[in-house]
Amino acid sequence: MNTNIKTREYTTVSEVSGPLMVVEGVEGVGYNEIVDIETPTGEKRSGQVLEVTKDVAVIQVFEGTNDLNTKDTKTRFTGQTAKIGVSRDMMGRIFNGIGKPIDGGPEIIPDEELDINGAPMNPASREFPEEFIQTGISTIDGMNTLVRGQKLPIFSGSGLPHNDLAVQIARQAKVLGADDEFAVIFAAMGITNEEANFFMRDFERTGALEKLTVFMNLADDPAIERILTPKMALTTAEYYAFTLGMQVLVILTDMTNYCEALREISAAREEVPGRRGYPGYMYTDLAGIYERAGRIDGKEGSITQMPILVMPQDDITHPIPDLTGYITEGQIVLSREISRKGIYPPVDVLPSLSRLMSGGIGGDKTRDDHSGVSDQLYSAYAEGRELRDLVAVVGEEALTERDQKFLEFAQAFEDQFITQSKDEDRTIFETLDLGWSLLKILPKAELKRVKEEFIEQYLPKDD
Amino acid sequence: MIIEGKIIKIAGPVIIADGMRGAQMLEMVRVGDEKLIGEIIELEGDTATIQVYEETAGIQPGEVVECTGGALSVELGPGVMSSIFDGIQRPLRIIREESGDFIARGIDVDSVNKEKKWTFKPVAKVGDVLKAGDVLGEVQETTAVLHKIMVPPHLEGEVTEIAAEGDYNVLEDIAEVGGEKVQMLQKWPVKRSRPYVRKLDPDVPLVTGQRAQDTFFSVAKGGAAAIPGPFGSGKTVTQQQLAKWADADIVVYIGCGERGNEMTEVLTEFPFLDDPKTGNPLMDRTVLIANTSNMPVAAREACVYTGITIAEYYRDQGYDVALMADSTSRWAEAMREISGRLEEMPGEEGYPAYLASRLAQFYERAGRVETIGSEPHVASISVVGAVSPPGGDLSEPVTQNTLRICKVFWALDASLADKRHFPSIDWLQSYSLYVDSIEGWWAENVAADWRATRDQAMSLLQKESELQEIVQLVGPDALPETDQATLETTRMLREDFLQQNAFDDVDTYCAPDKQYKMLKTILLFYKESLAAVNRGAPIANIVALPVKEEIGKIQSAITKQCSEA
Repeated sequence: MNTNIKTREYTTVSEVSGPLMVVEGVEGVGYNEIVDIETPTGEKRSGQVLEVTKDVAVIQVFEGTNDLNTKDTKTRFTGQTAKIGVSRDMMGRIFNGIGKPIDGGPEIIPDEELDINGAPMNPASREFPEEFIQTGISTIDGMNTLVRGQKLPIFSGSGLPHNDLAVQIARQAKVLGADDEFAVIFAAMGITNEEANFFMRDFERTGALEKLTVFMNLADDPAIERILTPKMALTTAEYYAFTLGMQVLVILTDMTNYCEALREISAAREEVPGRRGYPGYMYTDLAGIYERAGRIDGKEGSITQMPILVMPQDDITHPIPDLTGYITEGQIVLSREISRKGIYPPVDVLPSLSRLMSGGIGGDKTRDDHSGVSDQLYSAYAEGRELRDLVAVVGEEALTERDQKFLEFAQAFEDQFITQSKDEDRTIFETLDLGWSLLKILPKAELKRVKEEFIEQYLPKDD
Repeated sequence: MIIEGKIIKIAGPVIIADGMRGAQMLEMVRVGDEKLIGEIIELEGDTATIQVYEETAGIQPGEVVECTGGALSVELGPGVMSSIFDGIQRPLRIIREESGDFIARGIDVDSVNKEKKWTFKPVAKVGDVLKAGDVLGEVQETTAVLHKIMVPPHLEGEVTEIAAEGDYNVLEDIAEVGGEKVQMLQKWPVKRSRPYVRKLDPDVPLVTGQRAQDTFFSVAKGGAAAIPGPFGSGKTVTQQQLAKWADADIVVYIGCGERGNEMTEVLTEFPFLDDPKTGNPLMDRTVLIANTSNMPVAAREACVYTGITIAEYYRDQGYDVALMADSTSRWAEAMREISGRLEEMPGEEGYPAYLASRLAQFYERAGRVETIGSEPHVASISVVGAVSPPGGDLSEPVTQNTLRICKVFWALDASLADKRHFPSIDWLQSYSLYVDSIEGWWAENVAADWRATRDQAMSLLQKESELQEIVQLVGPDALPETDQATLETTRMLREDFLQQNAFDDVDTYCAPDKQYKMLKTILLFYKESLAAVNRGAPIANIVALPVKEEIGKIQSAITKQCSEA
C-alpha cells in the first residue's frame, strides 16, 4: 500500500466531485480535522474532513478541486482542527478569506493559535449588552440603537447602497464618552473585485484602516473558502475583545454569499435539502456565527456584529434573512421604495428593530427623552404612511386636518430625519433634537408617547 | 457487564458505533476518549446510531463508546430550584467555574449539588403506611419554595425508618419505605411522563396580568397555549411577561435554541424582580433551561424534555407550574437536523414524519391533575409554547401541528409590531377555547357581568374591521356619526386597553379587577357618546372631551391593584 502511516500521508484519492474529495484506506482521522493537499503539479492546498467512516474520509477542499486527480494527489492529515494564529499586529492589515496576508506586508507572528470554530459562550457568563454605540446615522442611533455586544444585521436588496452604509458605519462607529480601544473587523465574503476596491479606497481615503482588520474573500475565490472567512474574523474578534480587552465591531458582508457556499457544499454531499435547497442545519450554522457576539461578565471587551445580507428578490421571508432574523437581535431594513425617492440611507424604520435598544438608551447613556421620542416618531411615521395609502384612494381633501398633519410629518421625516449625506456624522443629541423639531409639525395633543415633562423641556417653543 | 462498542462513522452530531449488541434504545452512552454524552437513537444488529449532545470535532473512528445502562435522566431533589441548566441538566454556573466563559467539551458535573446540606423536617412517622407520592418530609429550598420530599413513584409500604430533623445532603438516606432506603434525590428518565391519578377539567384561569391575554384570550391552569409569530413581533417579551407575572407557584423557562443575550436578560433581571405575590425575588421560584442556538443541536432536542420533567416533579409536590418554551420551532428544527443526518425519509418541509406525534406527546404532559399519593391534591402544568414560523407563514408544519393540540392561540402580527402596538396580539385571529370553562371563575371573583362585557368589547372590535373596509373606500367622514363613535371607542380599546407597555413600571401588570374596570369605563364612554350623538352632539366635540385623554392614562396612572373607576 502506498501510504505512510507515520506522517499519515496518503495518495489514495478515490473520487473528486465538486468541492469534495474522497480518500480511502485512511486510519486515525478525526472529524473536522484539517488536511494538507498537494496537487499533481505540486501546488499546496488545504481542506477539512467533513465525514469519516472506518477507512474513508470525505474532505472539502478550500482552494477548489481543479487539477486534482485520483492518481497522484497527496493528502496529509494534520491531526488539528482549523486554527488561526492571532496577534495585535493584525490591526491595520488585510488578509484573504483564509487568513493569509494579501497587503504585501510581513507574515503575522502569532501570539496564540486559536481554533476557529470557537466554543459556545456560557449563557451564565454573558453580561447583558446595554452600552450605546454611536454610528452617526439618525435612523439607527435614534430609533434602532446599536449596543455593545449586540448582533444587528442590515437587510438589503441588490442595487441598494448597503456598501456605502457599511463603510460609513465602519468609519463613524464610536463609543460615547469612553476612551476604550475601539477596533473594527471587516469580513467580506464573495464580493466582486470592484466592491473590494471600493472598500479599500474608502478605508484608505478616510484613514479608517488603522483601526481595521480586513478579511477579504472575493467572488472568484473558491466558494468553499467563504465558509471559513467569518469564523476567522470572529476568532480574531474574540482575541481582540476578550484577551486584549477591546470594543470590537465586526461587519460581515455579504452573508447571502456565505449561505450560498453552504448550500453548494451540502448539495455536493448529497444531503437531504431543507427549504429552497439550503441545508437543514443552516440555522445552527448561522447561530454558530452570530452568537459569537456578546460581552462577558468581568471582562472589558465586547463583540458587536453587523452582518449585511442581500435579500434575494427583496424577500424578507427568504430562508437567509428569515433564519438570520430569528437569531439576531433585530434588523435594519433597507427599502427599494425609499431608495427610489433618492433618499440615502434608505432605511425603512417600520420593519427595522433593535431588540436591545431599551437597555442601551436613557438618561445616563444617551438622553432621558430618547425612548419617548423614538416611540413617538415610530407611531407618527407609521400613521402617516398608512394615510398615504388612503390618500391614493380618496384624495387628500377627504382627510381631516389632523390626518393632513401626519402626512406632512411623514414627508418631513423622510426628507430630514432619514436623509443624511454619506459623510454626515450626527451625534445622538443632534438626532434627538432633529426628531423634536419634526414632532413640532403635529398637534401637541397627539404626542401621547412622550412624557409631558420632556415636551416641556425639548419641544421647540413657538416664537 | 458494561457494553463497549467502537465508533465506525462520524457525521456532525450523529455517530455510528458497532459492537453494541445488548445496548438499549434511548440508553445514554459516553462517546470517545473525551467521554461526550450521547443517546442511542437507532439499533440495527450490532450497530447503534448515537446522537451526541456535544461538539464532535476531532473524534476518530475506533474510539470507544461506553454504555451507561440507563436512559437520559434528570436528577430531582432540593437544589434544582433557581438553577440554570443546559439542555441535559448540567448547571451552567458550575460549568463556568470548571471551564471558564466558553463551554468546553466532555465536562462532567453534577446536576444537583451532592455535598450541600439541606435542613430536612420529617413529616411521616415510623409505622405510617405510605403510597408513592406521599410526603416524607420537607425542605425549605428557597424562600419561596417548600420542597416536599416524596416517596418515589415506584415505591410504597410501611415507613420503617425516618431521619430526625437535621441537615442532610441529597444522597444520605432519610427514610426506609417498604424495605428500601430512600434519599432526597430521585432520578427520572426525561422521555417518560411522571404518573398522576387523573386529569381534571381546566376551569381556573392562569392570571397573567396581561390585558389582551386575560380578558380576551385566557389560558386555563393546566392548558396549553401557542404563540406563533414572525421575528420581531414580540414573542420573547410576551413569554417573559408571562414568566414574570403569571400566578403560578413555579416557573420553568426553557430557552431552546434562542439567543444567548436573551437568556442573560432573564438571568440578570429575574433575581431583582419581585414576585407580586410574595415579594421575594422571582428567581426563587424559577428554573431556567438555557440551550442557546450555538450550543449543540442534540441537547436542544433534549432540553424541552428536561424542562417538562422538572415541571412534573414540582407538580407532584402540589404546585401550579407554568412552563414557557421559547421556541418549539427550534426544537422541531433540531429534530429535523438529526433526522436529516440519519437519512430518514423526510415528511413535510423536511421535518421527520414523527413531528406531529412528538409535539403532541410534549403538550400532553401539560394538564391539571390529581396527583398520586394517599391524599391527592390538585396541581397543574400550564405550557406556553412560542412558535417561530419561517417567514411568518402560519401554514408551515410546526405551527399547524401545534394548533391541532393547543386550545389557545395568540397570533402575533408583524404589522401591529411595526406600529409598536405591543403586545402585538391580533385580536381578530387569536382565540381561546377556555373562555366558556373559566367564565365561572371571573363571575365569582371579579364581576357577574364579566362575560357580557368582554363579549361586547370583542364584537365592537369585530365591527371595527368591517367599518375600516368602508373607510378605506369612502373616507372616515362619510360614515354616520354613530359609527364614528364606534370607531372612536375601538380606537380606545386598541390604544388604551389592548396595548400594554411591558417596560412601564405600573402598566406591566394589570390585575383582573383593574382590567374589568378599564373595559367597563371604555364601554361606558361608548354608551354615553352614542347617547350624546343621538341627542345631536357633533362627534368632533365628543372626541375632544378631556375625559378621553384621562381614560388613556388609566394604564399607568393608577396602581396595579387599583379598584377606583
